[in-house]
Amino acid sequence: MAAITPEVAGTQEESLQKRKSPFVETVENLRRSWSGKIGFFLIVFHILLALLSPVIVDALPADPFTREAGRNAAPSLQYPFGGDEQGRDVFTRTLLGGRTLLLVTIFGTAIAMTWGSLVGILMGFLGGRIDDIVMRLIDAFLAIPWLLFLLLIVGIVGTDPWIQMLTLGFFYGIPAVRVSRAATLDYVTREFVLSARARGEKKRTVILRELLPNVTDILLVEGAMRWSWMMLAFISLSFLGFGVPPGGGRTDWGLMISLSRKIMALQPWATFGPIIFLSSLIIGINLFADALAKALGLDRSQGAPV
Amino acid sequence: MIPLIGRRLLMAFLTLILVSLIVFVAVEALPGDMASAYLGRDATPESLAVLREEFGLNAPAYQRYLTWFGGFLRGDLGDSLVRNKPIMEVIGNNLRNTIVLAMTASAVGIPLAIALGVFAALTRDRWPDIIVSTISIFGMTLPEFVTGTFLIYIFAIKLKWFKGVATMPSDAPIDAEFFQIIMLPVLTLTLVMMAHILRLVRTSMIDVMISDYVQMARLKGVPAWGIVFRHALPNAMLPTINIVALTIAWLLGGVLIIERVFNFPGIGNLMINGISDRDLALVQAIAIILAAFYIGINLLADLASLVLNPRLRTARGH
Repeated sequence: MAAITPEVAGTQEESLQKRKSPFVETVENLRRSWSGKIGFFLIVFHILLALLSPVIVDALPADPFTREAGRNAAPSLQYPFGGDEQGRDVFTRTLLGGRTLLLVTIFGTAIAMTWGSLVGILMGFLGGRIDDIVMRLIDAFLAIPWLLFLLLIVGIVGTDPWIQMLTLGFFYGIPAVRVSRAATLDYVTREFVLSARARGEKKRTVILRELLPNVTDILLVEGAMRWSWMMLAFISLSFLGFGVPPGGGRTDWGLMISLSRKIMALQPWATFGPIIFLSSLIIGINLFADALAKALGLDRSQGAPV
Repeated sequence: MIPLIGRRLLMAFLTLILVSLIVFVAVEALPGDMASAYLGRDATPESLAVLREEFGLNAPAYQRYLTWFGGFLRGDLGDSLVRNKPIMEVIGNNLRNTIVLAMTASAVGIPLAIALGVFAALTRDRWPDIIVSTISIFGMTLPEFVTGTFLIYIFAIKLKWFKGVATMPSDAPIDAEFFQIIMLPVLTLTLVMMAHILRLVRTSMIDVMISDYVQMARLKGVPAWGIVFRHALPNAMLPTINIVALTIAWLLGGVLIIERVFNFPGIGNLMINGISDRDLALVQAIAIILAAFYIGINLLADLASLVLNPRLRTARGH
């Protein structure tokens, strides 16, 4: 025993020296990749836009809520994306259309990753019967087509964005449990975890201090991917008419696309405008997640079991 | 081998029971019940009470659950009160349409995805690979309705090759005209589903092509097509089985949106209508049917990889 302990300490020290600060190293790797840079830029652009768009729209001459642009009007200098089927200006509506989406999915992802990864690590750590039961339940949840499940819940709780945030946060935490549990299983039998348990550390300490830091990189990539999937879910719901309700001073890309699709032959820009904004955001997140996975040395095609 | 298969069957059935419980509880929690949905605006407290008695809605929840799930196992899904018909009759044709749509898309998409995946792997990092991989990333990341809308614009509005909507009576015969109408939905589904399979085939093909035994075969002078088709592809396909199953299962969910985009009379469209007009029995029935399909397909994939990969048989059956 005495001969082993210094050796273990030695390798840990070595690896500490090799990777002085994992955070700095990751950021450097990210800055070297084109997809990382483009993805980061797109995400920052959209978050800034979501924060600033009410001010920007106020400064623009067009009003997103009056019917001043003219029904199905073609793009012009004052109305770059033209008018929609009711004659409202598509451009300013598009600028405002990602706010609810970003608000709901950013906090929704944070909720999902927090509870999902903590439960997952706990299950991987505890093992045994409780683990079996929870994983069975999770398999059952995942066997229900996701959209069906969300539609059911939205039917129950309504389309209030704060409640949808909680709903999506709950539902998207379920696959995160699986991922973080699988990642934890690689570590629970390692010496440093065993020795922490042998020292008599509290369960909470072992989970937060020993296990969580080791699976953080997998959880980060998983979180970025969950974010983009949650975005797909929310935007699909609002496309189907179960997301942001029409009117009420809010606009939403999914809803805009579903309404202006009908006039696509006459005025395609009423559909293309929101599609361009929506796509650039989702592609940006995916590029960033890919680059993040590479920067952390994870291969994304190997993971992500759902 | 036999106990292992038995175990998986048991697990699948257990999952189905859990799903039925979740669906039942979720539908129970929806505001309003069948009686109020049936009566709509004409509801008075008296008529509601009478109707609830008649439909057996006053029975305790567990009893209604057992009746419902028992009925489902025997193939009886009860009656849709809103549509005033047995649910089997309401669902029948729409389910058939969805299955035909999903199967057509799989029949086109899966072989195409595998072929393109192999092609991309063999031309790794050169322009054919880059084009195929880029298109697949778009198909994978964009929402289905965006892809569908975009294809409608190109193929229905600009080129006028296909119809932009797939509207037809739900009991339309499955003939040449049927397939002509569903061209664009099939194309959309194909594009979206191909991406995942293609990426996985590409990765595992690349892994296999640089493995020792492929190098060995190459050194022994096996011709290139022999290496690809006899040595590399069968091994590269193994990890693909599960993703193919997952994709088919996804199809059953993703088809919901595509059906809405093209106004296709399938089960997804029916379910969204059911949620809108609170036909709870119908929603419940569609949910459990889709889940049963999902579980069944995954079970088949599990068993297939057990048969094809002897290494899994000795591993901890889980």
